[in-house]
Amino acid sequence: MSALAPVSPRRRRTDLLARGLLAVGTLLALVPLVLVLYYVAKKGLGTWSWSFFTTDPTGNFLGSPGGIKSAILGTIEIVALATAIAVPLGIGVALYLVEYGRESRFAAVVRYFVDVMTGVPSIVFGLFIYITLILSGGVGGFAGWKGSLALALLMLPIVTRSAEVVLTLVPDSLREAALALGAPRWRVVGRIVLPTALPGLVTGSLLAIARAAGETAPLLFTSTLALATTLNLGTQMNSLPAVIFADVGQAQDRLVRVAWGAALTLVLMILVLTTLARLISRRSRFA
Amino acid sequence: MTDQPPTTSPRIAPRTPAAGLREVEAHGRSVTLRNLHAYYGDVHAVNGVWLEFPPNQVTAIIGPSGCGKSTLVRCINRMHEEVPGARAAGTVLLDEVDVYRDDVDVVSVRRLVGMVFQKPNPFPTMSVFDNVAAGLRLTGVRGGDLRDRVERSLRSAGLWEEVKDRLGRPGIGLSGGQQQRLCIARTLAVEPEVILMDEPCSALDPVATLKIEELIAGLRARYTIVIVTHNMQQAARVSDSTAFMLNGELVEHSPTEKLFTTPHDARTEEYVTGKFG
Repeated sequence: MSALAPVSPRRRRTDLLARGLLAVGTLLALVPLVLVLYYVAKKGLGTWSWSFFTTDPTGNFLGSPGGIKSAILGTIEIVALATAIAVPLGIGVALYLVEYGRESRFAAVVRYFVDVMTGVPSIVFGLFIYITLILSGGVGGFAGWKGSLALALLMLPIVTRSAEVVLTLVPDSLREAALALGAPRWRVVGRIVLPTALPGLVTGSLLAIARAAGETAPLLFTSTLALATTLNLGTQMNSLPAVIFADVGQAQDRLVRVAWGAALTLVLMILVLTTLARLISRRSRFA
Repeated sequence: MTDQPPTTSPRIAPRTPAAGLREVEAHGRSVTLRNLHAYYGDVHAVNGVWLEFPPNQVTAIIGPSGCGKSTLVRCINRMHEEVPGARAAGTVLLDEVDVYRDDVDVVSVRRLVGMVFQKPNPFPTMSVFDNVAAGLRLTGVRGGDLRDRVERSLRSAGLWEEVKDRLGRPGIGLSGGQQQRLCIARTLAVEPEVILMDEPCSALDPVATLKIEELIAGLRARYTIVIVTHNMQQAARVSDSTAFMLNGELVEHSPTEKLFTTPHDARTEEYVTGKFG
């Protein structure tokens, strides 16, 4: 055995250098993040007022541009419908993969397609809905629910993937315990697997919702734009990303400021969702 | 497999229909293995075992790691087939019904043959009470006096006095030994007639182990018990007869005292005297 010795100067220097490089890298990565948040906050906060959230855009060329009420409500409605479609479907697919399909060939094919879908650019989903549901003319023109469908397609692989991971984390010993008690498989899934995985499922779904809420491309040629608030998902609808997209390119400074205000609103809404997701996942029973 | 309609369950004719005693239900059934083989893919884990577990007796199964003793008991309640790629061949008789017969619902087998696992596995989302009630709720039993049945099961598992004031607290908040007795209570609640224990004490300290062993001695009057154990002293303490397995084969099955003092197979003698394993 060699004798105890102090750390050599060379190792000390290498350690210092490596730590320094990592710290610099981390700081560099933070720069754009902080700048984006700072800019959105700085530009957006100035436009915020009570009426900004309580009035619809006027669409007037002159005078007040109005608020973004219809966009906020539109985003909530469209995303809510998308969630209602994608979350049960996605968790259902994940349940099939984990509890029934397991290692089967069909399950492997499904997994592969889910992965492929994760990589499909969001504009393609919008285009797909545009061609199949709008250009075909069978079910009318632009409508909020078609935007929801496009977003649901986008959310489906995210929900499925995250749910599959969480369901796989449920210990097999719990499934065995329940099966050995003489429980049929569907009851084991409903009473043991799903409740145990619930925090993780909620977290994954919230992250998918946050992702969908910020997507612009799938909405541009599905639900497009509108001025007035509507609760009818069968008509054209306003949404926050669409407002930002439309207004930021305008020549009038008043409208550009609306875009910044809407951007800040969207960022905050998504921040709330991701914070909620973090809080819930922290309560997870097997982290 | 669970989709099969429960045409004929192994709950065959009641034992003594005229007696009218509630207690007669709570008798163990005999379990008979005839030429049982079990496989994991290409691995032949249990190789042609013939063995009988008499009612209301404790049978211990001993043997070195990987000798197939856990697999053997998992074939009795058909949990073996839950492992992907696993299958079993041969006959497992519960009294006189083969649990592998085509028209036997696997769910009904598991209600009659309860199982306690190596690591305590209470349901983490449930309270102490709900853990014991879980077996009943999971099997779709409705009505009846749930509270009463939970209390009876906890008393039978020797846990009632320790948990009666915290039935609403999470089951995973209990100590390891208490968790294992909670799992036993959960198994007892569905009123099985055979109880399989797969190394139930290997994750427990000596004091908790002793409690479980005392419990097994008490349960013997009402159930047929099969216990897999690594611990030969434990087999000697709790069982009426002991089976020694090696490489997937049954080497010897004798009354416990005889197996540990005058085994008739040389390999058994080498194992119980600590020459290998």
